[in-house]
Amino acid sequence: MNTLQNFSKGLIKENPVLVLVLGTCPTLATSTSVTNALGMGVAATVVLICSNVVISALRKIIPDKVRIPCYIVLIAGFVTMVQMLVKAFAPALDQSLGIYLPLIVVNCIILGRAEMFANKNKVFDSAVDAVGMGAGFTLALALMATIREVFGNGSFMGVPIPVLSDNKISIMTMAPGGFFVFGCLIALVNKFSAHKPKKEEFGCAGCPSAAVCGKTSCGGKEAAVSD
Amino acid sequence: MTKLIIILLSAVFINNYVLSRFLGICPFLGVSKKLDSATGMSLAVIFVMLMATAVTWPIQTYLLTPSNLGYLQTIVFILVIAALVQLVEIVLKRYIPSLHKSLGVYLPLITTNCAVLGVTILNIDEGYTFLEAMVNSLGSGLGFFLAMVMFSGVRSTIEGCDVPKSFKGLPITLVAAAITSLSFLGFGGVIENLFA
Repeated sequence: MNTLQNFSKGLIKENPVLVLVLGTCPTLATSTSVTNALGMGVAATVVLICSNVVISALRKIIPDKVRIPCYIVLIAGFVTMVQMLVKAFAPALDQSLGIYLPLIVVNCIILGRAEMFANKNKVFDSAVDAVGMGAGFTLALALMATIREVFGNGSFMGVPIPVLSDNKISIMTMAPGGFFVFGCLIALVNKFSAHKPKKEEFGCAGCPSAAVCGKTSCGGKEAAVSD
Repeated sequence: MTKLIIILLSAVFINNYVLSRFLGICPFLGVSKKLDSATGMSLAVIFVMLMATAVTWPIQTYLLTPSNLGYLQTIVFILVIAALVQLVEIVLKRYIPSLHKSLGVYLPLITTNCAVLGVTILNIDEGYTFLEAMVNSLGSGLGFFLAMVMFSGVRSTIEGCDVPKSFKGLPITLVAAAITSLSFLGFGGVIENLFA
């Protein structure tokens, strides 16, 4: 796999949000406005790049048995750094992201990439993978936020749109709208990728709930057999 | 006392962790397929939320804040929760094997559940006292339980439905979650007016 492929797979083919369905919590919670979504995307991308690079560099040193706790500590460290940076330089963003900023620690995308990619690949490849995945995450978030903000609030990045701002569908920015738009987007992705052979879902091996999870094929297969 | 009841009820209904705060979506979508696994998972979450709050609140109030180490919150909390879950699992296995049998599978999965880390951080952010924090955790856990159990019922109904091909699986589950979450919007404002 060359560098370009490695980068671009995160954008579309293995988009962490829309195809691998990882990191659903921040996706639903911070996509109420485009500004929030971009802030969340960039913050998570920074953490992802740092953690992927460091974990890849330390992959021969970290003992296999305690690797998950090690990754969590590393990720928590980077999240704390990002949290402090955001607090200092973008206090408004810190206010609107609130609890979801520290919760980047438990974002499955980051632990998932560490487990699936960074601990098997060279530093440079891991960095490229992180940039691609981060960009895919940000892109999906921004797409969802655009739909929700334009229809729910009649504005784009805070700028009102003439006709729509008088006809707000405010349910779109509320919780149910988040679930609904997300469901429709995944259905859309399914529609366009329907003719392709079903890809191997490997994003969730890093997820601690993989064993009982019925969401993706890793746990779903077993569940289907035992049904 | 009224304040405690308000905290409890609003944590269960208005600020429901899954349906309005979007925390713990992974287990909500993943484990809600069958009623018994949904119940097991939620009971484990309630248990861990209470334990985690009982440990992290004193750590934050008596250790981190007085020594100006507030910025270590994220790292300390996630480590404490991870260690606690392991410890609880070992203790349960040794002394209460029957409980371990029913909750055991779900315990390790909760370590990186955002709902648990979320509730501990929110308790600090909201400036709750210890008792209020515990009540809030209980309410959040119960809210999670309610959402899981309700949704597993909704899902078992979807199973038998003829869904458009692209919506099969996760998309229709999300749309159903949207409708379930819509029903919870109705609780907004009820609790405050109840005691006004």
